[in-house]
Amino acid sequence: MNPALKNSLLFGLVAVLLIGTGFVQGWNSALFILNMGLVSAILALGVNLQWGFAGLFNIGVMGFVALGGLATVLVGMPPVGEAWSAGAFQVFAGLALGAGTVVGAVFLRKKLTGRARTFGTLAVLIVGFFVFRAVFDAGVAAVEAVNPALTGNLGGINIFGPHRNAAGMLLPDYFILLAWPMGGLLAAGAAWIIGKTALGLRSDYLAIATLGIAEIIIAIMKNEDWLARGVKNVNGLPRPVPYEVTLQSDPGFIARAASFGMDPVTASTIYTKLCYSVLFATVLLILLWLAQKALNSPWGRMMRAIRDNETAAQAMGKNVTARHLQIFILGSAICGIAGAMMTTLDGQLTPTSYQPLRFTFLVWVMVIVGGSGNNFGAVLGGMLIWWLWVQVEPMGLWFMNLLTSGLADGSPLKEHMIESAAHMRLLTMGVVLLLVLRFSPRGLIPER
Amino acid sequence: MDYLNALVAFLNFVFVPGLAYGAQLAIGALGVTLIYGILRFSNFAHGDTMAFGTAMTIIGTNALLALGITFGPLPTALLALPFGIGATILLVLFTDWLVYKFYRDQKAKPVILVIVSMGVMFVMNGVVRFIIGVRDIRFADGERFLITAREFKDMTGLREGLAIKTTQAITVVVALIAMALLFWFLNKTRTGKSMRAFSDNEDLALLSGINPDWVVKVTWMIVAALATTAGVLYGLDKSFKAFTYFQLLLPIFAAAIVGGLGNPLGAIAGGFVIAFSEVTITYAWKKVLVYLMPESLEPDGLVQLMSTDYKFAVSFAILIIVLLFKPTGLFKGQSV
Repeated sequence: MNPALKNSLLFGLVAVLLIGTGFVQGWNSALFILNMGLVSAILALGVNLQWGFAGLFNIGVMGFVALGGLATVLVGMPPVGEAWSAGAFQVFAGLALGAGTVVGAVFLRKKLTGRARTFGTLAVLIVGFFVFRAVFDAGVAAVEAVNPALTGNLGGINIFGPHRNAAGMLLPDYFILLAWPMGGLLAAGAAWIIGKTALGLRSDYLAIATLGIAEIIIAIMKNEDWLARGVKNVNGLPRPVPYEVTLQSDPGFIARAASFGMDPVTASTIYTKLCYSVLFATVLLILLWLAQKALNSPWGRMMRAIRDNETAAQAMGKNVTARHLQIFILGSAICGIAGAMMTTLDGQLTPTSYQPLRFTFLVWVMVIVGGSGNNFGAVLGGMLIWWLWVQVEPMGLWFMNLLTSGLADGSPLKEHMIESAAHMRLLTMGVVLLLVLRFSPRGLIPER
Repeated sequence: MDYLNALVAFLNFVFVPGLAYGAQLAIGALGVTLIYGILRFSNFAHGDTMAFGTAMTIIGTNALLALGITFGPLPTALLALPFGIGATILLVLFTDWLVYKFYRDQKAKPVILVIVSMGVMFVMNGVVRFIIGVRDIRFADGERFLITAREFKDMTGLREGLAIKTTQAITVVVALIAMALLFWFLNKTRTGKSMRAFSDNEDLALLSGINPDWVVKVTWMIVAALATTAGVLYGLDKSFKAFTYFQLLLPIFAAAIVGGLGNPLGAIAGGFVIAFSEVTITYAWKKVLVYLMPESLEPDGLVQLMSTDYKFAVSFAILIIVLLFKPTGLFKGQSV
């Protein structure tokens, strides 16, 4: 079978799975899986850029996804005027002092020598830390004191506010779309800082460093309430697509739904989800096109050359560290974009929902299963593994019911087995990853 | 000025908890470092191996309690520990045979083995959740305190109390025994010596007739014993929850790397460095400073350098600093 046919069949399989889900579990579930699958495909593209193109082992994906989520709040929410006047200046002054301390310490390390260097740097760091805390803490306290039950944070930059029609129903707010590139920029900025410090390290040190930094980003998002309300979550993010309730009150829409023979409630939920699908698919196609262009350009060939033999590439005059930094930033930016899209889809930012197993390691399973080094493989892996992740639970429950059908109702073993079906996800993902690594290490769509 | 009370407060809130946590991290890091030294990859499944061993020990404890057997003032879990270790040894040997051996024979790159260990991590995590669920489980029984704060106050007449939990004392004692056994084994026995030779120079070791399969098997057995012990001690001291053990992976790796990957002595030092830094930086020092400062200078705030939620940030800041300035760790580790 030639590769093109095989690949079409594999993508056909994903389509069949999604359509099958539509028929069995309803179109709402199918579209939900499709939307998250599209976002997962974008995530996988980002990780594939780092791992497949350049061999960088980044297991801090979750951190970049979370930063993308943060961007949706910072862009999409209206600013909290009172908080801005209360302490915004102090918060930013504190942050500037903190950054200044680090820059000053780095500068001193470069300028001074010997014992003066050690003591000078330490003195700057220690004094800087306490000054930073003094200024910053006061500002944070002032901001968080403003209406803590509802806001308690600085809010975002969306001064245009929620849009409503004449009847007071919410209308789509396209300003939130700006959050997607902003999420990418935020993630890219973080990646620059991380890359500058950690990219010189060996592969498994880089892995641990990125894993840790992702945890730190989540810790910051959970604790810095002035930023995005921490664990109090931010609800009611604006949406770039029509709201269901607004559609249901629109006579034109009801008439159109009726002409398809659907009731307005179902029709509106499906219509909204379809709008998201179109948006996400557009972003995915643009990124896929760019990634393909990059892969087949001289730049992409250089990247793969560096991946396969760093020393040889260096001997050819390629700046390996700079190229690594570049692709690390690019890949992380894509993860940030995907993170912003995901939070937009959810309509709320919940920092506690960021779990490394779900947002880092699952993405790795997608890339490895799809085929690292191949953009289409990453997209396929993203869609396929996401479908499996969602469906394993009901399948596990069905399997457990079958397995325990011989046991009497209410027997402790039966109850335990059925309860455990919820944990089948991790087990299945691990088994899939191990099987692919063992029997088809290049993935479903191997690198050409 | 009241140095004695300050000292007791320091011991009670910083030193004793730090020592116990450090011992737990050190035993965990020993397992990571042994795998790295001999099998030459970073084992991401280590946290979940610890969780599995602890889950097995909890099951053993429950069985013993059901039979009416307890360990007097000590936690029953210590009696069930050998059972937990045995089950974990079987699991890791089976995993090695089924999964890792293939890649070892192929001489796969270390990073591939790391990804494989990610798969194993998923599976083990699933298995643990399957066996024991995701709830928070406390399984410490017996005497809760070796000495309570009140007893200490009555005994010494000081204002500050020093409480030592039984689990903290047990942690330190068991950790010392485990470390002593490990170093005796590595330095005095034939197998231990061949393990060190294998770790130093694989080719030379093979040339001198060391059986690699046996070395690998013994390594896994020791790692399983260490992982289970670390997991049980941590669970006794705090509580058992599958997800917490996955998160322990971070400070454990930080400890192993700070000490120098592949160096057992370094792993122990690293464990204590990470634990004490976490505790000192996230502790509210007001309680100690109150006794040391004249009244006019007493601090207003809590004098907490960072909120406790940033304890991961502390381990990683130390990790990054050590890696940037001393890439092979405090003690000389290996670099592949």
